[in-house]
Amino acid sequence: MEFFHDVKVDWLGKKWYFLAFSMIFSISGVISMAWHAHTIGSPLPLGVDFKGGTQVTVEFKQPPDVAQIRHAIDAAGLKNAETTTLGGGAPNEVLIGLPEQMNEQALDTGRAEIENALREHYSGNFNVRSVQVVGPTVGHQLEKQAALATLYSLLGMLVYLWFRFQLIYGVAAVVACFHDTLITVGAFALTNRELTLTVIAAILTLIGYSMNDTIVVFDRIRENLRISRRESLPDLVNRSINQTLSRTVLTSGLTFLTVLSLFVFGGQVLSGFSFALVVGILIGTYSSIAVASPMLVAWQEWRANKGKASALPAARRGR
Amino acid sequence: MKKNLRNQIILIAGVLVVFLYGIFGMPSGFSGTDLVQALTKRIHLGLDLQGGAHLILQVHVQDAVNDETTNTIQDIESDLHKNNLTFSQVYKPDPNKPEVIRVEGTAPAQSGAVSSLLQSDRYSNEYEVAEGDNNTWTLTMKPIYERDLDQRTVQQAISTITDRVNSLGVTEPQIAPYGLGANQILVELPGVSDMNQVKAMIRSTLRLEIHAVVGGPFPTQQAALASVNGVLPPDQEILPAEGDLAGANGSGSYYILQRAAIVAGSEFRSATPGTNPNTGQRDVNFTLTDEAGDKFWDFTSANVGKYMAVVMGSTVREVAVIKEPIRDSGVIEGSFSPDEVEALSKLLRSGSLPASLSYIDENTVGPTLGADSTRDGVTAAMVGMLLVFIFMLIYYKGSGINADLALFLNLVILLGFMGFTSATLTLPGIAGVILTIGMGVDSNVLVFERIREEIRAGKAAAAAVDQGFAHAWTTIFDTHVTTMVSSAFLFIFGTGPVRGFATTLVFGLAANLFTSVYVSRVIFEAHLNKLKPGEMVSI
Repeated sequence: MEFFHDVKVDWLGKKWYFLAFSMIFSISGVISMAWHAHTIGSPLPLGVDFKGGTQVTVEFKQPPDVAQIRHAIDAAGLKNAETTTLGGGAPNEVLIGLPEQMNEQALDTGRAEIENALREHYSGNFNVRSVQVVGPTVGHQLEKQAALATLYSLLGMLVYLWFRFQLIYGVAAVVACFHDTLITVGAFALTNRELTLTVIAAILTLIGYSMNDTIVVFDRIRENLRISRRESLPDLVNRSINQTLSRTVLTSGLTFLTVLSLFVFGGQVLSGFSFALVVGILIGTYSSIAVASPMLVAWQEWRANKGKASALPAARRGR
Repeated sequence: MKKNLRNQIILIAGVLVVFLYGIFGMPSGFSGTDLVQALTKRIHLGLDLQGGAHLILQVHVQDAVNDETTNTIQDIESDLHKNNLTFSQVYKPDPNKPEVIRVEGTAPAQSGAVSSLLQSDRYSNEYEVAEGDNNTWTLTMKPIYERDLDQRTVQQAISTITDRVNSLGVTEPQIAPYGLGANQILVELPGVSDMNQVKAMIRSTLRLEIHAVVGGPFPTQQAALASVNGVLPPDQEILPAEGDLAGANGSGSYYILQRAAIVAGSEFRSATPGTNPNTGQRDVNFTLTDEAGDKFWDFTSANVGKYMAVVMGSTVREVAVIKEPIRDSGVIEGSFSPDEVEALSKLLRSGSLPASLSYIDENTVGPTLGADSTRDGVTAAMVGMLLVFIFMLIYYKGSGINADLALFLNLVILLGFMGFTSATLTLPGIAGVILTIGMGVDSNVLVFERIREEIRAGKAAAAAVDQGFAHAWTTIFDTHVTTMVSSAFLFIFGTGPVRGFATTLVFGLAANLFTSVYVSRVIFEAHLNKLKPGEMVSI
């Protein structure tokens, strides 16, 4: 059984369609983030580990009356509480949140007050599934950690690729990764999903995955450059992509299947994480073909126009 | 070649057995439940899977500094007395800066003697001594000493909390300094589902202190202030009372106390619950350390007939008249409830905390969520694995079995690694396992596609397999290293659950390098040996 027998698609010829597609999704993502920043003060809805504050997840035996719960919490004196339902996936669950407290001593009392208020009205017919209380100190520390991790990851990979290939390959790959991250984060903004620490972990993973994918194509380009010196660069790149297409689609497809399984069966807690991976894997595969490769060719053509050497660096090195 | 192949197969079988041991240890039996039991003993479940509490505490090291300078004040006062040097007061001018002590009102004629006393090693090792105008002296704790004190305080707090948590019967708690911030402690309590239990832990971190009572009880804070004409001296404080002491409506009894405690925190050596034989009320019998006993003797001897207050958590719990001098053992009577007495005894028995603590982060997962998450994660993993296995069989036929075997061994090695290193499996960790399956199969696909290409180009079976592995190796290596690099950063910068993810991913990829290249190759060789000349591999 074989899906891709003797494929001969002119990928680079379609680069303007790809560019349009990428731009549409990037821009709509950016607009959505700008709108979020305007309405809620951050480009994405933030999970409690970044936003700080208290979040209590409570499960009732039947779908609860949210208005009644809000009233009960209000009556207990917790004026700034936010009560939301999780909807479809967990109809009996309610999220009760309190905003960030500047005074860390007061953090714990918030949770206790929520529980007491509930106990008064529902007297034990509920079950507290989880509690998260994040003070401003820890919240900011986590933000910093997440940002650093992402930055170092990208740098680390750039350096590794520079070492194994040439700088332009590294740059093209990093640009593709950045494109993937932007569209994935945009997808979160568009679907109004929360950004949490595990989502950051998913984004770092998809950066690694997108790199993977791009490297496979680049490896083939490098190999072909070594063999053939007559072919024009766009033709060679096209051929490389076609040769690796089978592997690319299969692997992405299989990884996508496993991640889809996680998204469908993996439960509430991981839903943000698996959503990021689902979107990320699709876009990561796309970007190796539609972003990284055309960028390589464009760079080369720019250099040729400027009168510099016409061969792509990898061939000269003879690696 | 055949012998070489046999050795290779033995090696792989050996690896399989070793890592199976890593997963299960020596199981007591081979039934389903026995195996699961053996598995959970080796592989620790994270808090998000078994439920439990993750807490970060801030240690208020200022309290320890405060205690230290309070002791120094008492030392200075007694030294000055012994040398017949007059002074008006020795105190801390700013309660928010407990590291600064001021000596005031020394006689100008004696300033030389005071200076040499304060500059002696006893004080100058710890403090910078500066002479000020109008016969004042300022001692400021040296930063190096203060940092050292902070560290010792955190360590002591950790050991005290460990004792307390152990006495609560929590299995496998984790209490350690928390790296991200200064003077923070991480506490992880697996399996704690009753958050009130955790709350009791919170209570028990409060310090027990005994203060001298200056005035009270007053019905309101204003009344207390009015009694000193609205100006409270810096060495005194007004605290509310709690419990029966507080009066009929449960609030509104205030006392004016000396700010400096006579004995506090770790100066209590032990406490046991008891009952007053006359009144039948519960009380607590306490003992102090020898040093504290001396101090307490001095204080109680000088203050017979006056009152002292037992303070816990900035509220007055009991006020008692000093009937006679007490050295190092006494009784705290009062209207403590049985639970409170038990808690108080426990907390005194396990050693008092050197400083107060507050919670700055909490993440509690209830047991139902934990169980659900485990079930969901495992289901997703099984479904994902099954889909991949079946697909490989259909698409690559005979070689699909090869890939499936390699994948299976990959998982065994991955879980075995985790068992050997006692790594913690979290929910994102399970996601990491699922991702390992997806990425692991990538390597096989790379090789198989290359082999197909070589076959299409006309090569014979053995050559095609050879070329397939040779060409695919560089790509497999590159892709694995880059993903491992990003996982490494995740591990360094991540917290608990995210670290679990990075761990499984890194282990899985490392295992995959072995299985998809070496093991796969061996299986191919074994298969090639059985082929007739001219026959092709099933791929």
